[in-house]
Amino acid sequence: MTVEDLRERVDGYPTRRINGYRVRAGRPFPYGAHPVPGGITFSVYSDRATSMSLVLFERGAKRPVAELPFPPEFRVGSVYAMTVFGLDVENLEYGFRAEGPFDPAAGDRFDAAKVLSDPYARLVSGRDVWGAEPDWDDVYPYRARIPDDDFDWGDDTPPGIPTEDLVIYETHVRGFTRHPSSGVSAPGTYAGLREKIPYLRRLGVNCVELLPVFEFDELDNPRTDPRTGDRLYNYWGYNTVSFFAPKAGYAATGRFGMQADEFKSLVKELHRAGIEVVLDVVFNHTAEGNEQGPTISFRGLDNATYYMLTPRGEYYNFSGTGNTVNCNHPVVRDFVLSCLRYWVAEYHVDGFRFDLAAILDRAPDGTPLPNPPLLEQLAHDPVLRHTKLIAEAWDAAGLYQVGHFPNYGRWSEWNGKFRDAVRRFVKGDAGLVGELATRMAGSPDLYQGRTSSASVNFVTAHDGFTLNDLVSYNDKHNEANGEGGADGADDNHSWNCGEEGPSADPHVRALRMRQMKNMLLILLTSQGVPMLLAGDEVGRTQLGNNNTYCQDNELSWFDWGLAEGPTANTELLEFTRALIAFRRAHPVLRSAGHPTGSDRVGSGLPDISWHGVRAGAPDWSSHCRVLALMRCGRHAKDGTEPDENVYLAVNAHWEAHDLELPRLPAGEVWHLFADTSQAAAHPLGAEPALEHPGRYHLGPHSAVILVGRSAGPR
Amino acid sequence: MSFDVRLRVDERTAVIDLSGELDAATAPRFHETIDAAATAGAIELVIHARQLSYLSSAGLRSLVFARQKMGDDVRIAVVGAPEPVARTIRLAGFDHSIHLVDA
Repeated sequence: MTVEDLRERVDGYPTRRINGYRVRAGRPFPYGAHPVPGGITFSVYSDRATSMSLVLFERGAKRPVAELPFPPEFRVGSVYAMTVFGLDVENLEYGFRAEGPFDPAAGDRFDAAKVLSDPYARLVSGRDVWGAEPDWDDVYPYRARIPDDDFDWGDDTPPGIPTEDLVIYETHVRGFTRHPSSGVSAPGTYAGLREKIPYLRRLGVNCVELLPVFEFDELDNPRTDPRTGDRLYNYWGYNTVSFFAPKAGYAATGRFGMQADEFKSLVKELHRAGIEVVLDVVFNHTAEGNEQGPTISFRGLDNATYYMLTPRGEYYNFSGTGNTVNCNHPVVRDFVLSCLRYWVAEYHVDGFRFDLAAILDRAPDGTPLPNPPLLEQLAHDPVLRHTKLIAEAWDAAGLYQVGHFPNYGRWSEWNGKFRDAVRRFVKGDAGLVGELATRMAGSPDLYQGRTSSASVNFVTAHDGFTLNDLVSYNDKHNEANGEGGADGADDNHSWNCGEEGPSADPHVRALRMRQMKNMLLILLTSQGVPMLLAGDEVGRTQLGNNNTYCQDNELSWFDWGLAEGPTANTELLEFTRALIAFRRAHPVLRSAGHPTGSDRVGSGLPDISWHGVRAGAPDWSSHCRVLALMRCGRHAKDGTEPDENVYLAVNAHWEAHDLELPRLPAGEVWHLFADTSQAAAHPLGAEPALEHPGRYHLGPHSAVILVGRSAGPR
Repeated sequence: MSFDVRLRVDERTAVIDLSGELDAATAPRFHETIDAAATAGAIELVIHARQLSYLSSAGLRSLVFARQKMGDDVRIAVVGAPEPVARTIRLAGFDHSIHLVDA
């Protein structure tokens, strides 16, 4: 701060002193704490507070160094704003103290005994090192700080990958490299993940979706593992404390308050590798829970604004976690929008996946809205114009909107029906040929009038069985979660292939390997956006636990011994890589428009044709377990890109079938890319021609990919 | 340990010796020194950091400030940073802006 700087602005000087601090009225926007010449402007909204104070701490100190009441004339509308001069920003933590009525029936839960965290805090300390025991008596556990928000982005630009070309890889920042086998310099951190980018590149994915990275408290789980007595955590992090702050405990440099820099470096490096970043965001509820929960921020600032309340002032619980954010209240809409814009503009994030997104279209009284203003606003926001928006289109109170989530032509959805149909078909359930066909074609029944990128296809996600467990367990085994095995979903559509849990039986093991490959093959050749769960490519197991939200241990962590070295599951990893490479090489699988079953480009072939054991004769009957389809390469990307013809067949039957193959244009023959009953796929472009040009013998529980091209050398 | 910064320019190489704690309070002095080095037309900047006992977030971004002030053509080397300091630089990703060189 130099004298010249002061001369440049007529408002760069204090107008009065409060408790020894030089201050002046601040500008109400933006909310939060922002540097201005000579000082910091603090701005906070509360409609119902009767008075507000700014509480200042020196970094880590037990007691505040000062409390500065906002004078009445520093209030504009319901916004309190004050500039404080001469602060040592690096050593400063701040919060607010709001006085007001405690009248739950009227929605008010003010508590002047609490120091409240700033909802707009961009940096939060208090849980700087993952799992470190805090001072439980701290009067201010989650402390707002002011970040240095400059960062050397260089010429970073978002990869801008069309949504239908994405291959999403869902992972957990800590779990990805926390395992001792990861070999990174800072296991379990943003920096650790950054070191594994070469692995992601080799795998071929072009988008990582990170489980929540907004500041949360991993220690807010009171349970212990009943068998070991070990502490259980809130490992997944679906319990946001602070929406603008990256999780400090995920940063190797969190103890120095440099989590923002470390996270930005991760995004920058991923972008450089051609990989986009989607954040899993949790706007449906907060870490404050219900009436019994802690008062951290929102409850003490304006309970009735931020939460959906019953007419008697109780918390609606559409999230299953105690409270529900009042997303369509104008003030909260503004909060959500500001937050998302911030992550896009400041952190260069490419997209968001909204947890329990159906809650985002509920009115303040919980009624689903036909035209929810928040969703419309997000869809049309200028800053978010090219940001991927993905909805988990259901909530915990029975609102299920897969296929009809209000989308404004922008939103994609986690397609839970794809997951269920693929699982059930592959395990051998009858009567699913028709539905599988629809799912593989991009679910046009659900997404008519939208592009196929509306459907995020997945077989597994963090919530539920891993792929390996899906073929190894009939039932969930959640005893370690401390809830008597009652938690987690029961409708897993899993099949253990003959033996519950790990098996030494070579037949069981071979069948499991095939079943995993079958599901990966369907996932990665279906129209829509495939999403893989990290570790499924190497057969990661959670020992049958389908709800590891609390397990910060080997159950959840990615075991790198499965990916590299003598214990690696090379067969599955290489097969997955091959499938991703195949998808990348064949744009016919990635068209935006849904196939119609007709010839739209004059190729002489329909864009998609359906087959069964006999070519051209799909068997939609309830006893059938074979589906085959052919994609015409000339229709790739709706006829704008060249490609070859592709034939896919899936046999979920326990017997082999001799398939009659559809005829190709003159001069072309079928070549074998991959058969899930064989160990490896063939190299792209060097696939061998079939011995018998018109037939393929497909083994039990197997799937095949053929490519139609000229008979000679390519 | 109190902060100290010294600059010398040999030919086209600017050499800065840092000691003590580089944080928000002391960063402005470091910035002034970098300004002086840039004005001197150096094509290489060598920052001796062996005597640096502490580098805060604001101190770290001083190194990025150096990168931006000197321009992309100037090689910036931080020499002999104590391992905790070097590790922080690497983990936060700042090693893309500067070269970390062992003593």
